[in-house]
Amino acid sequence: MVTFQFIPYHEIENLSPAKRINKLLNIVKEEKIVLMEGRLKKEEEADLIEITMEEISPKFRGIELSVIYPNKDKQDFSQKVKGAFANILLGNRTGMTIVGPASIVKKIEQNPDKVELFTQDNTKRVKRRKKKR
Amino acid sequence: MVKQFLKNLFKKLSFNPFSRKSHVKLGLYGPPNGGKSTLANRICQDWLGEEMSSVSHIAHETREIKIKEQINIKNKKGKELTFSLVDTPGIATRIDYEDFLKKGMKKKDAKIRAKDATKGVIDAIKWLDNMDSVVVVLDATKDPYSQVNITIIGNLQARNIPVLIAANKVDLKKANLDVIKAAFPQYEVIGISAKYGKNVEDFYEQLFTLA
Repeated sequence: MVTFQFIPYHEIENLSPAKRINKLLNIVKEEKIVLMEGRLKKEEEADLIEITMEEISPKFRGIELSVIYPNKDKQDFSQKVKGAFANILLGNRTGMTIVGPASIVKKIEQNPDKVELFTQDNTKRVKRRKKKR
Repeated sequence: MVKQFLKNLFKKLSFNPFSRKSHVKLGLYGPPNGGKSTLANRICQDWLGEEMSSVSHIAHETREIKIKEQINIKNKKGKELTFSLVDTPGIATRIDYEDFLKKGMKKKDAKIRAKDATKGVIDAIKWLDNMDSVVVVLDATKDPYSQVNITIIGNLQARNIPVLIAANKVDLKKANLDVIKAAFPQYEVIGISAKYGKNVEDFYEQLFTLA
């Protein structure tokens, strides 16, 4: 079974970058896949990778990350203006960030209009272990 | 602190009295096994007659920052460019020592490699701030829409660091240069084979416009 946890934008809106990242990583370490409304800043994405690397251990093997964001080049002028106003009033809630533990999520493919999340095939591992015993 | 502030200010104004062409740092960034070290070796072989880094089919062969100072290249018009080449460890979001076991490594060595690889990723990210220009080396046979690629390029963009994308391994049948161009239309993309030297002359020419 795969568990998804949704994090609405208002839950991270007022957090410092470090606390945002810790919040995401703590959920991921519980073997859940995070669906976060909005996106991290570019520098925060790099920080997320950096902190993930600091915490890698035999139990925690990293994350799979994907950010879905509308292509602004495809938006017309009025859509861009509306989007800019919405960002000012409500914060940048556009897009969605997916973060999953590497132990569960094998890869996330973005192509770029669709997102495919591939999970690890753990059944084979279990079968192999049973045979050894 | 004041010097740093003035440096950043002048950089934004495209005038930097603190910088000298001879101290341009050119970084090679990208995901693991894209061919950064192969390209570093190609550049060093072509212009210094020596290799810079070891290469391997197992990911994370480069686990620490490597620098080759004072590489001087010339183009057909006789123009010269001197830079320090910085070969960085591949940036990844996951490192599993079991992946190295599958490649035939012993458990102890695999765990050491994984630990060193995590440090390498951290160093590579920290070094982003030290770069003057960056060549992002991507494997042209792989999907370019990975979040690691997007994060690397986004961070370079946020830091106003000039970027050239080298789509490596174009000698392979699976290579698809058009997909990479479509993924990053705002950047110059050049298809090369660092291993066999295909199109490297054009790559060197592009470095003059980048640095």
